[in-house]
Amino acid sequence: MSELLQFLVSGVTVGAIYAAIALGFTLIYNASGVVNFAQGEFVVIGGMTAAALIGAGVPVWIAAPLAVIAGMLVGVALYRLAIKPAREAPLVSLIIITIGASIFLRGAMQAVFDKQIHRYDGFSGDAPLRVGGATILPQSLWIVGGSIAVFAFLAWFLNRTRAGRGIKATASNRMAAALVGINTGRAMNLSFALSAAIGALAGVLATPVTFTSYDVGVLMALKGFSATMLGGVGSPLGALAGGLLIGLIEALTAGYISSDYKDASAFIVILLVLFFRPQGLFGARITERV
Amino acid sequence: MTRQAVAAGISALALLAGAPALAEIKIGASLAITGPAAFLGDPEAKTLEMLVEELNANGGINGEEVELIVYDDGADPNKARTFATRLIEEDEVVAVIGGSSTGATMAMAPLFADYEIPFISLAGAVVIIDPVQEFVFKTPHTDRMACEKIFADITSRGLSKVGLISGTGGFGASMREQCLDVAEGAGVEIVADETYGGSDSDMTPQLTNIAGTDGVEAIVNPGFGQGPAVVTRNYAQLGIELPFYQSHGVASDEFIKLAGDAANGLRLPATPLLIPDQLAEDDVQRQPVQDYIAAYEAAYGEKPSTFGGYAYDAFHLLVDAIERAGSTDPVEIRDALEATEGHAGVTGVYTFTPEDHMGLDLSAFRILEIKDGGWTPVEQ
Repeated sequence: MSELLQFLVSGVTVGAIYAAIALGFTLIYNASGVVNFAQGEFVVIGGMTAAALIGAGVPVWIAAPLAVIAGMLVGVALYRLAIKPAREAPLVSLIIITIGASIFLRGAMQAVFDKQIHRYDGFSGDAPLRVGGATILPQSLWIVGGSIAVFAFLAWFLNRTRAGRGIKATASNRMAAALVGINTGRAMNLSFALSAAIGALAGVLATPVTFTSYDVGVLMALKGFSATMLGGVGSPLGALAGGLLIGLIEALTAGYISSDYKDASAFIVILLVLFFRPQGLFGARITERV
Repeated sequence: MTRQAVAAGISALALLAGAPALAEIKIGASLAITGPAAFLGDPEAKTLEMLVEELNANGGINGEEVELIVYDDGADPNKARTFATRLIEEDEVVAVIGGSSTGATMAMAPLFADYEIPFISLAGAVVIIDPVQEFVFKTPHTDRMACEKIFADITSRGLSKVGLISGTGGFGASMREQCLDVAEGAGVEIVADETYGGSDSDMTPQLTNIAGTDGVEAIVNPGFGQGPAVVTRNYAQLGIELPFYQSHGVASDEFIKLAGDAANGLRLPATPLLIPDQLAEDDVQRQPVQDYIAAYEAAYGEKPSTFGGYAYDAFHLLVDAIERAGSTDPVEIRDALEATEGHAGVTGVYTFTPEDHMGLDLSAFRILEIKDGGWTPVEQ
């Protein structure tokens, strides 16, 4: 019984990290229809910046917000310098631009930071808490709490605020949105800034558990993207559920079946879901008029 | 100045810069200085460059200067083979050091038999020297030896039932196979066999299973990179108290930094490079280890790595062989190399024979225990 509890704790921790990355994907997709493959790089920028600052003696409560701001600035730069000049290009071109940006950012991080693996201490120490026979790191609670907070914020922001609804309108039809007076450029800018900040926050929270180095972004993006697809592209609830589900499937497979098939089983579930529900678990069915 | 004049000036400069130093002995190297295996090739190249400079400053080999020609193969076997051909045919080297990775080494190896040039590899796998190829040698110990060393330490503590948790990357997968292979001969039984992906961030399910396996007495973690540090932290998080072993793949101060307090009490096989000040006064490796560390720190301002040590040994073995051969004929150098006996390097003490082109035994590995964030040799 305590085994099962331990597997669940592990699954939720890892799943919450995937979910936080997936939420970043969701926001940019909602604004532009672009799947931003540089999302994993924001996670690394967050983690590496925080690690560098904390290594230089900056207290964590200053380093963490600074790292999130650094990620946000890079996100805005990505939009201004790479996406905006090409905004009339087809969607596929924009997605390929984000892949190029991710390769560039990875190279830049090698130069700005280094090629070492980094970590810093958990925000509330590293002494594990015991819960009914299982152990949980205090940092896991930070990660889970962070993901839920981001989810709640996004759900509120996209549905309840003018700026958020502007972002959604921009995504569904940019010209119509502009005609009713929405500043679509600002909406896009805002969505890149926020989603980069969400990615960087995921990195800041996860680094004490997962460690970080300049090249982990690709795998982070892959897992986050899988979570997005599983949950349904564009749905914050889907991103949260998709991330947690993948984390749990991995942990339970590793625990009860075989650790060799951990990644495979997660991808099999994703394939099955996409086969029977192409829009994902929580995705809206998309109908396009021609 | 006209464009032609500038061009002419540049070519003249290039000619001056490219004019060969008056080196009599040319040694080649093909290393993975960049790319995925840069953590191997980078310290190896730095070590070789440092050693050549030092050697020439002291009068070279038997009074002749040495020229080192290094190519960066990025661990790509195709490039490595091209560079090896270039080293042999165009640069006319008398010997080649390199192949940071096993792939690059195996791609180059057949050339050296064809051209009869001695070759010292810096890569780990057993296949390089088993079966023995006449012109191919290597300096690093193998992962098979690491398993044997760990198992010997486990049985000496009166334990025998081992749980394995291995990374699925090249290093972890290969060492896992070797450990499974040598377990029976070493008197050890593998009762649990779990794996994890290289970038996984939580291995508590695997460790929970191992700890819950009937009769398990020790845990061994073959792996490389951040995985072993995560495993170590999870091991502490779960409060497991079984004896815990890491591999030589993480034998660096960096690992202790990442794993933190969780690393205290774990053991691993490593070269004496980690414990320069704790080697006995009469230890034959004390001198080379301290020399290497001092020279490397003076040259680059950082600690040398285990991998740079492989290059240090390869270079000294080669220089020693050329001196004893008293000739720069590649075949005579090879013969002298094979006759190397009791050469104390930083990795171990080398004795080559026609049947053994690695020349190390298990004594090359020291079992170290991490105590209070530092390395302590375990008395054997």
